[in-house]
Amino acid sequence: MQKFFARNTVAGWLMVSPLAVILLFFLVMPIVMIVIVSFWQATEFSIIPAFSLENYEFLFGSSVTYRVFLNTFKYALITWAVTLVIGFTVAYYLAFHIRSLTWQIALFLLCTIPFWTSNIIRMISWIPFLGRNGIANSTLISWGVIDEPLEWLLFSDFAVILAFVHLYTLFMVVPIFNTMVRIDKSLIEAARDAGASGAQILWNVIIPLTKPGIMIGTIFVVTLVMGDFITVRFMSGSQSANVGRLISNDIALLQYPSAAATAVVLLVTVLIVIGILLRFVDIRKEL
Amino acid sequence: MENSKITRRGLLKSGAAAVTAVGATTIGAPTIWAQNIKDITLRQFGTGVSNLNDVADKVKEDLGFTLEMTALDSDSVTQRAATQPNSFDIADIEYWICKKVWPTGNLQAMDTSRIANYDKIVGIFRDGKLTPESEIAQGTAPHTVGFVDGPDGKEFVQEQSGWMTLIPTIYNADTLGIRPDLIGRPISNWSELLNPEFKGKASILDISSIGIMDMAMVVESMGEYTYPDKGNMTREEIDMTIGIFTEAKQNGQFRAFWKSFDESVNLMASGEVVIQSMWSPAITAVKSKGIPCVYQPLEEGYRSWGGGIGLSKSLSGLELDAAYEYINWYLSGWVGGYLMRQGYYSAVPETSKDFMTENEWGYWFEGKEATDVITSPTGDKLAEAGETRDGGAFEERMGRVACWNAVMDENQYMVRKWNEFIAS
Repeated sequence: MQKFFARNTVAGWLMVSPLAVILLFFLVMPIVMIVIVSFWQATEFSIIPAFSLENYEFLFGSSVTYRVFLNTFKYALITWAVTLVIGFTVAYYLAFHIRSLTWQIALFLLCTIPFWTSNIIRMISWIPFLGRNGIANSTLISWGVIDEPLEWLLFSDFAVILAFVHLYTLFMVVPIFNTMVRIDKSLIEAARDAGASGAQILWNVIIPLTKPGIMIGTIFVVTLVMGDFITVRFMSGSQSANVGRLISNDIALLQYPSAAATAVVLLVTVLIVIGILLRFVDIRKEL
Repeated sequence: MENSKITRRGLLKSGAAAVTAVGATTIGAPTIWAQNIKDITLRQFGTGVSNLNDVADKVKEDLGFTLEMTALDSDSVTQRAATQPNSFDIADIEYWICKKVWPTGNLQAMDTSRIANYDKIVGIFRDGKLTPESEIAQGTAPHTVGFVDGPDGKEFVQEQSGWMTLIPTIYNADTLGIRPDLIGRPISNWSELLNPEFKGKASILDISSIGIMDMAMVVESMGEYTYPDKGNMTREEIDMTIGIFTEAKQNGQFRAFWKSFDESVNLMASGEVVIQSMWSPAITAVKSKGIPCVYQPLEEGYRSWGGGIGLSKSLSGLELDAAYEYINWYLSGWVGGYLMRQGYYSAVPETSKDFMTENEWGYWFEGKEATDVITSPTGDKLAEAGETRDGGAFEERMGRVACWNAVMDENQYMVRKWNEFIAS
């Protein structure tokens, strides 16, 4: 008995088992269910538990699927690029330009203020702002910048990406800021002493050291954007679709197996994207 | 689970009922009912149009029991009725949804002999005819899904069998809503929805079963095609219909699509859209903000819808009695008056008359000029003296219904095509 417990591996297994059980029940099992259901058939009012590839055949056979996936990637890529630039700049400012810790914390909290209201409220508040007779258009007209209201401000890809950036930039700021404050300031001094310019320090010292933060932020933003459907629906006026909307439409129409199949494809896609991202950086080292 | 007749809740209730019955024998039978019914809670869900707290309050006042109301959107209503049979006692659903939900066996047919005002229910819901001469409109007309062959019937029957699926509660004839101040000319055809004049200023609703019917009205109005039955298209017809709209969408005809009542109100009120498919109370909501908005009667007629209440399969005993009591109360006028004063129609208009003023009845039902200000049940001003209702009297409006919201045989195909339209 003594020998049994003395073995590290057993104690280790026992220690992880509560978490393992929780993950098994609330993560693995639902995913397995989704995969199983994705092979079933459905009519309007019933689900037929018989193996069938029909859902996948339809999914891969439709040009809409590819267009929608492309659209999803487009949203993810543009949002990622914009949030990265903004997030990095904000984090850089907080980490290197604000000297006192109190101010760092105060300004950091300032960034989180928009998050005190719900996602949907923050998003919907853009609609009267960007509308045909909204604040943005009337201001621009009164300044004489434009004569006619800009139609593309609202219910367009522009509006969707704007809302995404607004909603998800903080997810970029936090991890980047977190890694930046851990950078040893003496490294920067050493670089400066060695004659490096500001740009060289940024490129050769700071960016490589914040890469894990960037990567974590990227994973947050990419997965959030790829799974979001409500933002796309509201901000495009239901005129564009991403994969999330495809799934939500299916569910609304009781097509659970078809929704499950789309979800499986989306899950696999996201996992591949994350797999590729993780090749660039060893996150474990950072946690 | 849904098949077992005895539930814990039911057992407790009937147990309590037995005890009270024994104790109350000296007092007299009616009291038993009055005492027991107070403890009953019926859970009703449905769309926001008719699931109103005012109704629940009035039920408590008039009948004594509690009615819990949950308002959802059309899709959620379908989902709930089809997948969560134990989560409700009364389902307030639309007739076209009935076609999807009835085969699940989650609802039970109602015995029309227990419904006092059955004979007074408008003909549309009994034999499909508003007046003996009227033609039956296309689509899922309510009477086609209104009856089944027996208490446990699964198949719809076309005659009045005595077993009803839904008791009609509310219905209306829909058309396009327009902003007359921003359009500045008369609109009289469905085809105006795709008129390039309104490029980037038109909208349609993103609920496939309803939207496809609006599309069909537009296609016929454009003279592109005449459907044998708009409510039951073939695959080719679906492709053609959605194709026309996809082309328009890609040319930038639409500003946005809407899914909920509020969205349609906001689109219209903010001037983002000047012409769109819309629902009558949404027009009222825009008007009550002081913005001109017209529910425009069109030459090709109306697209109609109807809702009704169905009973959960698991209802039995005292709760079932209470539900019948509720249905009889529903048809006895108060709710009808309440709904009619919002611009909807009641299943039994003649009983509603007692709950409306002469001015209101004249304006809403008879299409007469208002003799005084018309207000909604909640007190908002809807019309001035001298105004008449769009579309005229009840018979004129409901007599010009061209089709009913429908579920087609090719529904699944249509839904997929609809998704493609939205994603295109």
